[in-house]
Amino acid sequence: MAESAAAATKPSSSVKLVLLGEAAVGKSSLVLRFVNNHFQENKEPTIGAAFLTQKCNLPHRTIKFEIWDTAGQERFASLAPMYYRNAQSALVVYDITKPTSLVKARHWVAELQRQASPGIVIALVGNKSDLSTSADGETASSTDNSKKGSSAASEDEANGGDDAPAVEAEDDGAADSDPRKVSTKEGREYAEEEGLLFFETSAKSGHNVQEVFTAIANAIPETQMKNVKGPGMAGGAQSALGAGNERVNLNGPRADSKDSCAC
Amino acid sequence: MSDATKSQSELQDDHGDSPAVRPNPTSTDLPTIALQKPEPEAGAHVSTEEKPPPLPPRPARADSLYQAPIVGPAGLRAPPSTARPRLQATATTAVSRTDIHTHSYQDGSRETYAASKQSSPPPTSWGGWSSIKRLKSQEASDSASIRSYAPTLGTAGDVDSLLVGFSGQEQTSGWNIFNAQLKETGLQHDDVFEEDMVLENFDQEFDEIDALEGEDKTEERLLARWQAKRKHFMILSSAGKPVYNRHGDDNLISGYVGIVQTIISFYEGAQDQLRGFTAGGARFVVMSQGPLYLVAISKLGESDLQLRVQLEALYMQILSTLTLPNLTHLFSHRPSTDLRRPLQGTEPLLSALADSFTRGSPPTLFSALECLRIRKAHREVINDTLLQKRCESLLYGLVVAGGRLVSVVRPRRHSLHPSDLQLIFNMLFEAEGVKAGGGENWIPLCLPSFNKNGYLYMYVSFLDVKEEKDPQQSSQASRHDEIAVLLISANKESFYDLRSMRDAVVEELEQNGSMAIIRTAIRNGRFAATDIVPGTVLHHFVYKSRANVQFVMPSYEPHFTTLLARRRLLSLYHTIHAGAHAKNAHLKVHHCISRSSISLAWITPSFELYCVAGPSASRNALAQSANKVVQWARREEERIFIIGGAVF
Repeated sequence: MAESAAAATKPSSSVKLVLLGEAAVGKSSLVLRFVNNHFQENKEPTIGAAFLTQKCNLPHRTIKFEIWDTAGQERFASLAPMYYRNAQSALVVYDITKPTSLVKARHWVAELQRQASPGIVIALVGNKSDLSTSADGETASSTDNSKKGSSAASEDEANGGDDAPAVEAEDDGAADSDPRKVSTKEGREYAEEEGLLFFETSAKSGHNVQEVFTAIANAIPETQMKNVKGPGMAGGAQSALGAGNERVNLNGPRADSKDSCAC
Repeated sequence: MSDATKSQSELQDDHGDSPAVRPNPTSTDLPTIALQKPEPEAGAHVSTEEKPPPLPPRPARADSLYQAPIVGPAGLRAPPSTARPRLQATATTAVSRTDIHTHSYQDGSRETYAASKQSSPPPTSWGGWSSIKRLKSQEASDSASIRSYAPTLGTAGDVDSLLVGFSGQEQTSGWNIFNAQLKETGLQHDDVFEEDMVLENFDQEFDEIDALEGEDKTEERLLARWQAKRKHFMILSSAGKPVYNRHGDDNLISGYVGIVQTIISFYEGAQDQLRGFTAGGARFVVMSQGPLYLVAISKLGESDLQLRVQLEALYMQILSTLTLPNLTHLFSHRPSTDLRRPLQGTEPLLSALADSFTRGSPPTLFSALECLRIRKAHREVINDTLLQKRCESLLYGLVVAGGRLVSVVRPRRHSLHPSDLQLIFNMLFEAEGVKAGGGENWIPLCLPSFNKNGYLYMYVSFLDVKEEKDPQQSSQASRHDEIAVLLISANKESFYDLRSMRDAVVEELEQNGSMAIIRTAIRNGRFAATDIVPGTVLHHFVYKSRANVQFVMPSYEPHFTTLLARRRLLSLYHTIHAGAHAKNAHLKVHHCISRSSISLAWITPSFELYCVAGPSASRNALAQSANKVVQWARREEERIFIIGGAVF
């Protein structure tokens, strides 16, 4: 992966990425945070699909993401194949305050594994981690939070408006004061089972958003890059590779990737 | 209110049988409609060849047509005015009857109260707004807003006890003076001032009503707020399941939805379709479309026909999301289907439509489109660019700026229907969903007037106006000032084709200077009425070309800058439009005087002109200006309208 370590002219290649997941889990918000570093409260639902591009600088190469941000509503589901066909990567998003959204995410993962390009890199993302009040079993999210104070998140949090999603979560009816309904452990275990990258993110605070895309960029093998627009390549070891990269990214060069991927 | 004086809960069977009532029956009859295509009765499949060319040549601008209605400067023989703008049913027809035309005042002086002598007083009075205003008690019975009071209940006392929940305004001394004056002249002030009452706190109309919190006290408060809304739209399935309502949470208003469903199905059961009724100062209009009931409840004084057009547009939005076969399939499969789920995500679009109707929407009222005013040659360059760069799968290509059409290219045998374009414009410029996401969009949608049975695919790209050097300009630029390229195809795989076409088109438009022209036109905004007719008394006008199904109007500035002032203007347009298009009103000119304005509607086979001047303007001056506007519009026709568009 790191053979072409020429510093000056980094090879650049484009990667097609598709976001899938139930309605209102925050797919568009994740993309907007990644592309514009912006968060919008009460965003209206996406209609159809939005197509965005964003560059991501890795140490050894530049990746241009071509992102398909799809609408989560049921009636658009039949269009999904057109978006994930030939995609080298997919972000399957669920809402950590809404268990049904993880069920839907599992469906998407299964569909991708069945129908998408065999080598597709899939990341499972639990969004809205800012709503979690406890460090649910795992310390990952809370420690990450403290490490990640540098992003532009603070202003958004100052703007308040935390109520809307919080109320919604309470409607799920639980005596539990923590709006989180899906534990980090549950998500991680499922991701490991299926060989997916796994992150918990907050589009609102910006937490882990950049990391997800960087991890995906790292997980995509060079061989796929050269064949950008063509049909997906057969790569049997992809999922294993993905899982390996996840570990590298979670514990390893986080600071590195943040600096280099200052888009 | 005027309706209340008639039979209040009548079944309006006489309003025609077709559920799809068109606003301007005559305009659809016209043979030559540039952007409009004949109703696809045959259920044309998307982009099949079976459509005959629907575009006959442009209408002959016969000089006789042009001359006929203009009989000199004061040639508009406006009949004696009425000061009761909202009495569409009684006053309007009285004024427009040909036998009364002889009553015209030759000296041109404004005789404000003359009308009350002519128009026969309403047969029954239920007390009107004066009695509502006297009500201070808030002993709310929910029945008030639903219960219809038939003429048999029509005494003032009964009505007093029925009408509750209306927050009256303290009567000022000014009000009392006017009141006394008006009583002397035998005119009921409720007719004149009603509009003011109705529009009180209009800016709160769009506030959200919070979700129900359970406490009784809160519920009462919320219901009061719900009842205070001037306009409601409800959509429910014939099984009584709520599909959409503009205001209020399901739990809050489920009772009302039930009542509405009961009333409708009662008449349905008697094989006697309910079309509308009046209750509590609000007009209820019911439209039944297949498995859906659509209900408009308005205190803003639109006519039934106008409300029906609005309901039609909401129904079109639902079809646009689902397509007709899907909709009927859902309900034939299971009549108790909850349509909310399949419609998920469409609520913002419906609400954007509903709110634009509440604010007052000229395109809907006049069933026409507005175009960006640029030189004919400039438009041709843009058209040619689109044609040149056209890709194989393109069906329609449009350039839109700030909700106004700049250019359209289309296949020779297909044209675009204004109601379809309205849905698209609403999606792009009123609702947030598309724009807020940034980037490019690929949207499956059904254009019901084109073909209600299938989906088309629309590529949308908003161009960055911010490329302009002037940073102030760009920060001011709202999304109403943005340029969008829309490319519509029947092929759902054609995104990348259309995308490269967009790139080519934009590059070419930048190179040949068209983009700069469009930007300048947007930045300059709409012209002022005084630009057209220097020193005119006109505050605002709308000129609609019936042949092109397009309209042109000046800027709302400086007279109608606030939301309220705009709504007043639009209310006035609604009133004179309703007057001019009332059934059996074969009038050419409808002149209307009120406390705050004098206005004119002028209908000919080729155009409709609606204009408004201040209350102190003379009728002569208004007529003169109207003539000048018509002359201007004919002279500039190819700049202000898109004639036919470019075809391939």
